[in-house]
Amino acid sequence: MNEENLNQDMSSEKKYWKSAEQLKENSPVVDALEQNEFVEHIPTDEFLGDKENLEGSKTSRRDFLKYVGFSTAAASLAACEGPVIKSIPYVVQPERLVPGVADYYATTIADGFDFASVLVKTREGRPIKIESNKEATSLTAGKPRVHASVLSLYDIKRLQNPMIDGQASKWSTFNKEVRAKLENTSNKIVLLTQTFASPSTQQLIKEFSEKYTNVEHVVYDSVSETTALDAFESKYGLRALPNYDLTNAESIVGIGADFLGDWLGGGFDEAYSKSRVPKDGKMSKHYQFEANMTLSGANSDERFATKPSAQKQILVEIYNQVVSRVASTNLGDAHKKAVAKAVKSLKKGGKNAVLLCGIDDLDAQMMTLEINEALGSQLTNLANPRMIRQGDAKKVAQLVKDMNAGSVGALIMCGVNPVYTLPNSDEFISGIEKVDTTVDFSLTMDETAKVSTYVGALPHYLESWGDVRLTYQDYSLIQPTIKPIFNTRHFQECLLDWTDNSLAYYDYIKAGFSNRHEGVSWNRTLHDGFYKVSEDFVPTEESPAFNANSAASKLVKSDAQELELTLYTKSGLGDGQQANNPWLQEFPDPITRTSWDNYLTISRADAESLKLINENVSNGALNGSYANVSVGNTTLQNVPVYIQPGQANGSVGLALGYGKKESIQEEMQVGVNAYPLYNQFSKVQEVKIEKASGMHEFACIQLHNTMMGRKDIIKETTLEIFNTKDKDYWNKTPQVSLDHQETPVDSPDVDLWNEFDRSIGHHFNLSIDLNACTGCGACVIACHSENNVPVVGKSEIRKSRDMHWLRIDRYYSSNETLIGDYEKKDNIKGLSSALSEFGELEKPSEENVEVVFQPVMCQHCNHAPCETVCPVAASAHGRQGQNHMTYNRCVGTRYCANNCPYKVRRFNWFRYNKNDEFDYHMNNDLGRMVLNPDVTVRSRGVMEKCSMCIQMTQLAILEAKREGRPIKDGEFQTACSNACDNGAMVFGDINDKESLVAKKKEDDRTYHLLEYLGTKPNVFYHTKIRNTNEA
Amino acid sequence: MKKVLFRPSKLKNFLLLFSIFFVLGLNAQEEAAEESGPKVIEAVPDADPAKGKELFNSLCAACHKPYKKAVGPALHGVSERRDLDWIQRWTVNSRELIDSGDSQAVAIYEEYNKQAMPAFPQLSKEDVNDIVAYVEQPKPEPKTSKKDDVEGAVAAGGGGASTEVILGILAFVFLMLLVVLVLVNKTLRRFAEANNVELYKKKEKSKPIWVAFAENQFLVLVSVVVVLLMLAYGGYGYLMLVGVDQGYEPVQPIHYSHKIHAGENEIECKYCHSSARKSKHSGIPSLNVCMNCHKQIAEVSEETGNEEYSKEFYDNEIQKLYDATGWDPDSQSYTGETKPVKWVRIHNLPDFAYFNHAQHVTVGQIECQTCHGPVEEMEVMYQHSSLTMGWCINCHRETNVRMDDNPYYEKIHEELSKKYGVDQLTAAEMGGLECGKCHY
Repeated sequence: MNEENLNQDMSSEKKYWKSAEQLKENSPVVDALEQNEFVEHIPTDEFLGDKENLEGSKTSRRDFLKYVGFSTAAASLAACEGPVIKSIPYVVQPERLVPGVADYYATTIADGFDFASVLVKTREGRPIKIESNKEATSLTAGKPRVHASVLSLYDIKRLQNPMIDGQASKWSTFNKEVRAKLENTSNKIVLLTQTFASPSTQQLIKEFSEKYTNVEHVVYDSVSETTALDAFESKYGLRALPNYDLTNAESIVGIGADFLGDWLGGGFDEAYSKSRVPKDGKMSKHYQFEANMTLSGANSDERFATKPSAQKQILVEIYNQVVSRVASTNLGDAHKKAVAKAVKSLKKGGKNAVLLCGIDDLDAQMMTLEINEALGSQLTNLANPRMIRQGDAKKVAQLVKDMNAGSVGALIMCGVNPVYTLPNSDEFISGIEKVDTTVDFSLTMDETAKVSTYVGALPHYLESWGDVRLTYQDYSLIQPTIKPIFNTRHFQECLLDWTDNSLAYYDYIKAGFSNRHEGVSWNRTLHDGFYKVSEDFVPTEESPAFNANSAASKLVKSDAQELELTLYTKSGLGDGQQANNPWLQEFPDPITRTSWDNYLTISRADAESLKLINENVSNGALNGSYANVSVGNTTLQNVPVYIQPGQANGSVGLALGYGKKESIQEEMQVGVNAYPLYNQFSKVQEVKIEKASGMHEFACIQLHNTMMGRKDIIKETTLEIFNTKDKDYWNKTPQVSLDHQETPVDSPDVDLWNEFDRSIGHHFNLSIDLNACTGCGACVIACHSENNVPVVGKSEIRKSRDMHWLRIDRYYSSNETLIGDYEKKDNIKGLSSALSEFGELEKPSEENVEVVFQPVMCQHCNHAPCETVCPVAASAHGRQGQNHMTYNRCVGTRYCANNCPYKVRRFNWFRYNKNDEFDYHMNNDLGRMVLNPDVTVRSRGVMEKCSMCIQMTQLAILEAKREGRPIKDGEFQTACSNACDNGAMVFGDINDKESLVAKKKEDDRTYHLLEYLGTKPNVFYHTKIRNTNEA
Repeated sequence: MKKVLFRPSKLKNFLLLFSIFFVLGLNAQEEAAEESGPKVIEAVPDADPAKGKELFNSLCAACHKPYKKAVGPALHGVSERRDLDWIQRWTVNSRELIDSGDSQAVAIYEEYNKQAMPAFPQLSKEDVNDIVAYVEQPKPEPKTSKKDDVEGAVAAGGGGASTEVILGILAFVFLMLLVVLVLVNKTLRRFAEANNVELYKKKEKSKPIWVAFAENQFLVLVSVVVVLLMLAYGGYGYLMLVGVDQGYEPVQPIHYSHKIHAGENEIECKYCHSSARKSKHSGIPSLNVCMNCHKQIAEVSEETGNEEYSKEFYDNEIQKLYDATGWDPDSQSYTGETKPVKWVRIHNLPDFAYFNHAQHVTVGQIECQTCHGPVEEMEVMYQHSSLTMGWCINCHRETNVRMDDNPYYEKIHEELSKKYGVDQLTAAEMGGLECGKCHY
């Protein structure tokens, strides 16, 4: 009982008074006050404004209420009328185009950073999705950026016209004026372009150089592979990148090379995954020495956190042991042991072993080639080197000097943005002022376009013709899949114009193609997207002798710095070309699981000594300290710090490609630009770090980083156990207690529900192999694109309101190995040990840490907990095994999400389309063109989740019915399984006993997520096997 | 007095009937005169224009029209422009004539973009003469004016054929009856008064019925419940109709008559709506599909025009198509200027419902009319079915899936019919009622 009540009860006789006046009886003041609610007259006239007007108005309060009532009723009645919808058919419908049926075109992305053969899905003439060109022989699509590139086509920030001095102009004027300038310049003309890898462009530039004398062509990659190119050229006589085929690999040793990421253009993961799936008791063995935690390190069997300076020592040591002793190295004990293991494995692998080295140093690259040659490695595909990423760093550096010296008359740029990507962009800008004519061909009005006089609007690759030589043997074609949206023109078309060539660029490519490949069908090549020539690359015989001693001594001599920075590119944003792509911004980094940011990754030990912290705030969101990062005289202020398990002590990492400001929507101007630190095009820099004030707010999707030894989520075992022990030892079906008897959870006796008969018709299952999954994230973007998944932005992600239907969970081990975690958890006995040790298990291990990736989407449980709690039956089960989500039934109670043990249901807290608060692609007409017309765009207040791409399975069934044939295995696909080049995701009908997925389900490695719950999911996983066998 | 009044009206009717028969008879005489026989053409006096018409329609009509330019020139007056012998040579093999260097032949060859007329070696000289005789028939006068006259006459005569007239007469008779009744009543009343007969007994004053009703609480309760239930029923029914546009019949930018195309001309639905066979959309046909036929058909026939829509009206609608496609009927070529037509969409499913035409049309072999109603009778297209979910579901419950001769269904049919013990399976038994089949 509170005080007030107490008073009332105990003293009902008492009278309370506010002033002495109240004690007098019949006081007029008291009477007056009691009659009036308000002591003073309320000055309504003042706040209602114009008194005269109010008095003059005839609208009384009653009238006002009538109007309100009438307009409300009228509005609600009017809302019942449907809108008039117009349909506009073609005047002349293109042949073969059927409205409502998707067409596929093979083309190639070649934006200077990403190169891949792709298949483009178009609906009614607009591209809506990128898929892998599975028939292509090299560089198939497999990266999030490639899958997301379709959205960049519909970027509202794209240039819509050619510009002269910042004013929109016409192409005729543009060409005339540029041409006049080119003809009148006496100094040299420099073409500064991206890597086109295009035979026709190469020819065109040659012709251009013949017409205008004194022409120089400089190829510039924002992220350079110069050292690898130089090494290959000096050894084999061709400026190309080595190509590796890891399909049959037995031993892979990586030193600072993120070959599952963007190293040498990436695309090695498909073959890598094949070697990682145990077959006949064998799988490849992968050692990785690296500073930052990368995809490659995360997938390796054993990863050794190694500072960049130590990586050089390790390379020399391996050379010492594999080829010949050249220099003595200075390595710690752990590294010595590691090198011994790696060398043993390499030697054992022999021709099926390979060393992959990403050290930005010519000597290191030369040594790598020598080591692989000494091993007799056949994994180096010498016959078919890569022709991409041809940038020449030295020439670019020279160009900036020439510009400042005033010896450049005209600078024509295409597909590059040096003002943003050059470390010395100040010098470049001052140089550009001394160049008479600057022409920039660009997709957007970016930093470089801003300082150029003439800006040519480029078409997106999906609007273009072109040809690309991806590798020595693989020629690919680029074909348009949509009519140019804006008034854009190819750089090559302008070159043709400037060289008085009347051919269209298409005819020029076609002529060049038939000259090069006599008798090869152009139409066939266009249909396939590529053409492979059989001629092998033959290295020059007389390569200059490699002086291993001097190279080694140089490498060994380079001093270890206190803190070494390794710049890297993220799977999401890459070099930053697609920074205005909301899919990529919201794509969580596979390692840090953080979106919308780049940050300094640092080891916990270093962070502690610098007093840098990461902390979770009350709603769980992650915050991190700021730091100032200095390389030489350049300092980046306020770089957020992310404490990264597995980061080598004494090293930090920072991603390139962020912090772009020009022609970027405000929401996507995030992160810091790290290019100013990319001195001399070297990824490794000596760095100084000091703490800055304030805390940064991260948008991190995964806040719990370990599994705390639980085997129900990820099952992992070693190759040795897998080969020697029973399934029950390493993949036991969970047991539950029934009448005090331990009974397997899949026994019908322990089932709460009556089982449906699912043996008739199709029964879809999705298999996910944790050994083949590298965590690349292509499936995440493919799912976004197929299912119209909205982008919610950084602040919503921070509130754990991300909408990804498919997430790739990343778990660290708490001990040095995951198996160690399992043992630790199993050995917890008693309360005190539980209290302390569970706490320890929550923290990821530091330098030596094991990583696993696990894609999780709706598990489509046959006994789904979400279905039973839905009050309106919006969530129901289909006979084909899919858990249906009916948006129009859903009333948004969110019971289902609460009851889902896998946390895969996503709630639309807002309407994410046509809403200025979420100004991403769904908020403008251009961006909405990417939407898949077969999938509903969800509205506010409904739950959504993975549908197992029911629109795709239904279409496959319909096609078969229409053509009157049974369905073949492989026809059923989901967006994710289709995007997975690695073969980690396999989808199909398990009632078709011959199908791949049915066989996978019978495999010993099969288990279900949280199987003991008895939800009977239709998604199953394959136990991860780590190759711990000593060579 | 009444008798006097009656006579002239009878006379009037008689006169009316007489005039109608007279006019009709006259009209018949005129028609007979017109059908008395085709004119004899001077150039080909012995030819038979009726046979020529047959030949013309089967061989020439694809490219020629008698009085109007089409792919080839208008043929009326050709016997005056050209020598008969020349016409025969040209028709049998025009290429030969051109190659021989005949100046007239070369000139016309050049005029029509060097497209030679196909050869017709099967035609004899007599055949060609017949065709010439047919095309040289003078252009018939438009019939519509005569027809209008007749209608006018009929309406003016009011000869019992029109229901309006009958109704008018009936109304008049009833009015007369009413007047008679009132008069009789008045007279009888007067008699009664005169005889002192009491017409009404004064009733005792009792409770008014509404008061009695209000006092009976049970009745009030029951009626309130009934009224509330009726209101609820009505309200529910009304709300269920929100968003249901059954019968929606918007005015379209071009008056396209399904009745003429699908009904009278029996054009298959899927000739124009071809994408219904393999796509989710039935598709509004692109205008080039219209032009497949309408390149030739620039105007409708006399018979097509009707009371509601005249021939001129329809011809004007075809002109709208030409404007949209940029087709110039005089030069028989496209100008390149197109104006896409903005049709008003009639059948609108909500975005969250997925419907696939191919599934129903090709796989299910369901007639278009099952859902779209008697389209072949619709002058203006309207929404025939309610397109509600209940309507879909009903059909899925009742309709057997066509599985014969489709290998896709072989296995599932065998297994399911064993399970349910039936030979024919409905869409529902195949899983056609699952939410996710239509909502994703």
